[in-house]
Parts: sequence; structure tokens; C-alpha cells
Amino acid sequence: MQKALSLHDTTPAIELSGVSKVFATASGEPVHALNYTNLTIGAGEFITVVGASGCGKTTLLRLVAGLERSSSGTIRINGAPQVGPSEQAGIVFQDATLLPWRTVMQNVLLPVQVLKLDARKYGERARALLETVGLKDFTNKYPHELSGGMRQRVAITRALVHDPAMLLMDEPFGALDAMTRDQMNLELLDIWAATRKTVVLITHSITESVFLADRVIVMSPRPGRVVEEIVIDLPRPRTLEMINKEEFGKYVRHIRGLLGAGAHARNGATP
Amino acid sequence: MTVQSESAVGSVSVPSLPAKPSMLARITDKLVSPFFAILLVAYWEFHVRYFEVDALLLPPPSKILVSLWHGLASGLFLEHLGITIYRALSGFLIAMFMGIALGALISQFKFIEKTVYPWVVALQTVPKIAIAPLILVWCGYGSLSKIVTATLVAFFPILVNTIIGLRSCEQGKLDLMRSLKAGRWLTFRMVQLPNALPFIFAGLSVAVVFSILGALVGEFVGSKDGIGFLILDANYQLNIPRVFALLIMLAAYGITCHVLLRYAHRKLVFWNDQHNVTSA
Repeated sequence: MQKALSLHDTTPAIELSGVSKVFATASGEPVHALNYTNLTIGAGEFITVVGASGCGKTTLLRLVAGLERSSSGTIRINGAPQVGPSEQAGIVFQDATLLPWRTVMQNVLLPVQVLKLDARKYGERARALLETVGLKDFTNKYPHELSGGMRQRVAITRALVHDPAMLLMDEPFGALDAMTRDQMNLELLDIWAATRKTVVLITHSITESVFLADRVIVMSPRPGRVVEEIVIDLPRPRTLEMINKEEFGKYVRHIRGLLGAGAHARNGATP
Repeated sequence: MTVQSESAVGSVSVPSLPAKPSMLARITDKLVSPFFAILLVAYWEFHVRYFEVDALLLPPPSKILVSLWHGLASGLFLEHLGITIYRALSGFLIAMFMGIALGALISQFKFIEKTVYPWVVALQTVPKIAIAPLILVWCGYGSLSKIVTATLVAFFPILVNTIIGLRSCEQGKLDLMRSLKAGRWLTFRMVQLPNALPFIFAGLSVAVVFSILGALVGEFVGSKDGIGFLILDANYQLNIPRVFALLIMLAAYGITCHVLLRYAHRKLVFWNDQHNVTSA
């Protein structure tokens, strides 16, 4: 236990050095989805990645998840070179990607089943997790009987059920209405505070990125690259009232400026 | 953690309907289809009798019913219907297992797709009915040639729908399985196959009708029993009411299969009741 702790303190949870990803398009022209990116994420850190669509933020997440191979550079997870998908990552996709023929409980237990973990032990864990997200009474419902927010809660529970070290989220609340989204953000922060997972969350909402993060990674497209890393020095626990504070506004304006400048330069460069 | 707002959305209470349709409106709605059918048959009867249409061209419904009754009472129809159903159903079941299995193999293994699939596509463009005489030569005069014809005709809709269904799986679901390091078989069994079920059922409901067609064609080409044989026989004797009576029995079997399949579909693919995939 002691050893594990000290290891966590020194080794970054996720480390990208010189990572690039080039896709070949149908026309044969290469697309630089991600260009020479360096990024270090500490254990237990809450990172958000914000940027316009096409800036490579989803590619970044898929590379960290091991769903995509980098064209060059190295990715290290807890110090070890990443060689593919790992049970150390729990992933939440843009839409909940629940299996419609499985009940809420069966969906949550999918990783347990696939990873062949102890069904009884993790069944209890799943039950407890579902209770914390307020879905205790919905365990036997099917996804089509749930609202969008509830489905995304199930997806988050599923990503957490096998107790991974990191939670990777690709615009998890993008499809939700503003009020549900606020609610989900607060719940996510509660879960994070309770579990202290390393979280990487992709979003296109600047407000959301500032509200959640310890550190915001701002990205710009063509080629996809990190423009700036901004440490969000706001107290925790975060509350919705903070959004109206001057400090919060400063961060938002700064990021908007960065994204706007990127868009400007891009428009200028296009013939 | 508070979730009241969301939970309220989840457990939808029954909304007050804008205007409840009256009892009368609902009954009329239910009765409109049967009423129209009765009207049509009545007009048919009337037209044939009033304009003295030759019974060889179009017999009145009453005569068809009498012929149907005689055929059923003598046991002749049921005996031959049983034979035809045996052939059609055997063909359908063989086509189902082969179609789903081959579809799965083609969708899973590039090698099989490259080697087998072009032949499958080529064979599909051949009108199966045109090779029915050939099958008679190969498989003989008995039931086998009819079962083979039925299998051939029913096979392709199942195969094609299985392939489409297995390929239509969302990337997100596959990524989910990949992120958990699930193997090919597990991904197939847990995600792709259930995901393809609506498509497979669409293929099956087409195939079940095709299988009757296949068996019938086989019987037309050469047979000494079955509904196809009876139809040809009645036709030669210009016993047109009997031809119609036999057609009614085939239709009844087809409708029964269709209803059973739809029931199985609803039970098995309960999650997409509302927007079923339909295919030609």
C-alpha cells in the first residue's frame, strides 16, 4: 500500500511525449489529427480538454485509451509504455453506448463479465455505485426506458465498476440539455471527490471545462495541437454559483480568446 | 446527491390526452379493415353473378368456399398441405441456419469474405426458379428437390440481412468491447449478434414467404404430391374454384408464419419495438 502510494506520487498517471497521429484520408492526403503533443497528467488529477471540433481532442483520448495507435512518440500509463487497451481505463463515450438488450444492472456489469471478475463482489459494488448516482430503483429497467441523463449515469457507472485508475470521458454530456448537464457536472465532481480517479474529460464547452478541471488543456485544429495548459485555481468543492464569479469569467474569457485566435489564424491561412 | 429533476423525467407519468377518441370512433377504427374486406368479397360475388362472368375465368367466392370445404372434409387438402409445409419449412429452417452461419463467417473473416462472398453474390443474381428443373434432375422427384429449391430461395434474404445487421454495429459499441480487451467471439456474441437481430428477423420474414414459393415451384416442375401438384392438377381439369381454394390455404399458412415470426421478433427484439427494420 505504502509502496503504491509513493509510486503514484512520483510517476505521472498519463504521460505523452512527442505523440503524433496521422490519418490517411480516402483521397490519400494525410490528416494530422494530432501533432507532436507533450502532456503529463498526475494521478488523481481532473483534466479537461477543450477545443473546436476537429482539433484532435477525441484522437488524444482514444490514444490514451489505447483504441488508437500513435504514429510517433510514446504514451506511458503509470510509467509503463502503453501497448493497447487496458482495464486501467474506464471509458465514457459521447453517447452512452449502452446495450439496449441489457438491463441497467447488466450493462453496468458488462466490464465485470468481459474481464471475468468476481461477479458477486463487483455486483455489490455496481449496486452501491448505482445508488450514488440515484439509479437504485432502475437496476432492472432497460436503456430505452431511461432519460438521456440517466443513460449517461449508467455509462459512467459502467466505466467505474471495475475500479479503473483513470476515467476517460469523450464529451459525455454533450447531448444533454443545459440543466441536466449542470446536474451531471456536480455529480461527476462528487464521484471524483469520493474516488480520486485520474479524469480526462473532453468537451467543447468552455464553461464546463473550467468548472470541472484542475487543469484545462486548450487545443487547436489543423494540425491538432495543445495551445496552452491552464491551471484552474478555483476552490473545491465547486458550486454553480462560482460560474458567475469574476475569477471564473477570467478563465473563460482567456480560453475563448485562445480558441478565437486559433480560428482566426486558420481562416487566414485557408486560401 | 440530488437527482429529483432527472428522476421525474425518467418516470414519465401518463399525460392527459388532448382529446380522447370516442368509443364509437375507436370501434369504427377497429372495424374498418374487416368491413372493407367483406365489402370487397360481397361485390365480387355480386359482380360475377350479375354480369354472368364465366366461372372458368373468375368463380364466385361462394363456389370457392364450397370447394374449400369439400377439399378439407375429404382430407385431401390437409394431406397435401402437410407435405408442402414440410418441404417449405425444412427449406426455411436449413436456410436460416446456413444463412446466419455463413453471414456470421463472412462478416467476421476477411478471408471468407474474399473467397466465398463473390460466389454468393454471383449465385444470387441467378434466378433460382430457373434452376429448379436442374435441381429436379440432381435431387430427384421426391421431397428433396423441393426442399433444396425452397432453401435456395429463402437463403439469400437471410444471408444478406445477417451480413448487413452484423456490419451495422455502431463503432462505439465495438470500441467499448475493445477497450475491455474482449476477444472476437465475445464481441460477436455479446454485441454484434444481438445488434443484428432486427435485421435478421426482417430477413426471416421475407424468407419464410420465399420458402413457400420455392417449395411450390419445385412441385410445379415435377411432383406427384403437395399443393403445387394439386394446383396444377386442378388447373388441367379447369377446376378453377379449387385452384382458388388451394391458394387460400397457402395464404393462410403464409400469414400464420408471418404472425408467428412477428411474435418471436417482438419477444426477442423487445428493445426496438417501435422502429423495426424492414426489408424488401
